[in-house]
Amino acid sequence: MFDFFFQLHPVIQGLIKGLAVIMVIFPIAGACSMAERKVAAWIQDRPGPNRAIVPWVAWIPFVGKFLQRLGIFHVMADGGKMLFKEDSLPGHVNKFYFILAPIVAMIPALTTVTAVPFGAYLDAAGKVIPLGLAPLDIGMLAVFAVSSLGVYSAILAGWASNSKYPFLGSVRASAQLISYELSMTLAVVPVFLWVNAPGLPGTMGFARVVEFQSQPGFLGGMWFGFLMPVSAFIFLVALFAETNRQPFDTVESEADLVGSFHTEYGAFKWGLFFVAEYSHMLVGSGVFMLLFGGGWNPLPWVSLATAVEWLGHVIPFAHAPLFVGVLSIAIFLGKVLAMIFLFMWVRWTLPRFRYDQVMKIGWQKMLPLSIANLLFYAIAIAFLQK
Amino acid sequence: MAVITVERKPLTLAERTYLPQIVGGLMTTFRHLVAKKTTLEYPEQRPAIPAGYRGVPTLVRDPNGREKCVSCQLCEFVCPPKAIRITPGEVPADQTDRAHVEKGPQAFDIDMLRCIYCGLCQEVCPEEAIFLQNQFSMSGYTRAEMVNHKDKLYELGGTLPDQHYKWDKKLEAEKHGNAH
Repeated sequence: MFDFFFQLHPVIQGLIKGLAVIMVIFPIAGACSMAERKVAAWIQDRPGPNRAIVPWVAWIPFVGKFLQRLGIFHVMADGGKMLFKEDSLPGHVNKFYFILAPIVAMIPALTTVTAVPFGAYLDAAGKVIPLGLAPLDIGMLAVFAVSSLGVYSAILAGWASNSKYPFLGSVRASAQLISYELSMTLAVVPVFLWVNAPGLPGTMGFARVVEFQSQPGFLGGMWFGFLMPVSAFIFLVALFAETNRQPFDTVESEADLVGSFHTEYGAFKWGLFFVAEYSHMLVGSGVFMLLFGGGWNPLPWVSLATAVEWLGHVIPFAHAPLFVGVLSIAIFLGKVLAMIFLFMWVRWTLPRFRYDQVMKIGWQKMLPLSIANLLFYAIAIAFLQK
Repeated sequence: MAVITVERKPLTLAERTYLPQIVGGLMTTFRHLVAKKTTLEYPEQRPAIPAGYRGVPTLVRDPNGREKCVSCQLCEFVCPPKAIRITPGEVPADQTDRAHVEKGPQAFDIDMLRCIYCGLCQEVCPEEAIFLQNQFSMSGYTRAEMVNHKDKLYELGGTLPDQHYKWDKKLEAEKHGNAH
């Protein structure tokens, strides 16, 4: 049944796979904006958006009402509004860069997905084959290299807007990104020191990282989040800072910067910034889960292969690659969405740091901590893996 | 002097990392996440209006369905923002039992764009004919729409119980020869 697909030219195969992934990411990013509003409402003891409904869905008893209360159709209403409202172009902006900025925001946000595997299946020999757009050996490097490009969109937008607050916002965005990029990278190094054990070919890919988290035994089945909690913590904090989420939301602090670099934007161009932010969060959460949360393994000490073996006793087709693939993608997506919920939960809990506090935390706390963490693990790994 | 000097303790290491506070905050917000919602879904659910609420001013009828206002214009004079405008007239000829009242409003307009809901009109009314009742939302597309005319005022006001039946008593007294 897949023969037709595999007979296609590799470029066309890649195109189809890429489009399929974008078709998943885009709606999830849209749904996240809805979830954000819903979570915000629930935390504030409100019911949240619950009015929009498509008439023929309203005819379904119970389910229609439930979906309406859940605010599902506000996603469409929001999207429709964003598409059809006037896309105004202020007279004082640099038009070329002004239009370029949201496009530049989308490109790295969607490009990083290529390097992130999001599932796995078992081949005939029982070997775990990761699923992804490009099984790159430089996975982590590619993500770091491309995702940081997102800040160019902020700088472009802030500069092209030709207005005070957007400019300040974009300057903040770039400074913040540089400050946290460093500790983020250093926090990840111990993981790759560990997975590049002597005797194995060197890799920066995520497949090996997940493989190391799905080994048998107490230490083998342990996710890196438990093995390297400080790394995980630094990575998480840096992730919050890099995606400009609360409490590191100084870029968009509406109290002092109006709306930051997207102050002058509206309609679809603003929507692109929004989707890019959520795509960044999605990919960032995915990377966090691959590195520290066990990837597509359902539970600590229960790897995907073990889980499939258990399921094999109950479901006859549990070993089919399609079933395992879908199962692993569902597990991974579930974890990523849990992370997204954490992002939102934190957003509606913590107040925003002041800008100087953000810088202080970044340079005086996170960076020394990540260096100490790296030294500790480098020495420990040298002893363990000699 | 009763001054208590409170020693400000230095922050502990745990407090300085800020993490226990974050976890505590997350717990608090999670409790609210699952807690019962406290808002009203307005157009369907209406808030309970407390007694003595001062809503939109209205004209009321007595339990026999008769007009109470005698167009004395006290409310018009007392109204601080000059929202009330009364055109006095005579009691219609067909209302024979009210002929002795002599006066009634020919027109009674309250401009709700001016009204400040102070309730002085209700307080000053010697006939207990004007009341600020429970309606709290007024809206319209034009200025003209926001002026409540007499028929609208009576429609909003309805009938309220009357303890005095002042004009019935006056009629009775007049019949017995001791009109004052």
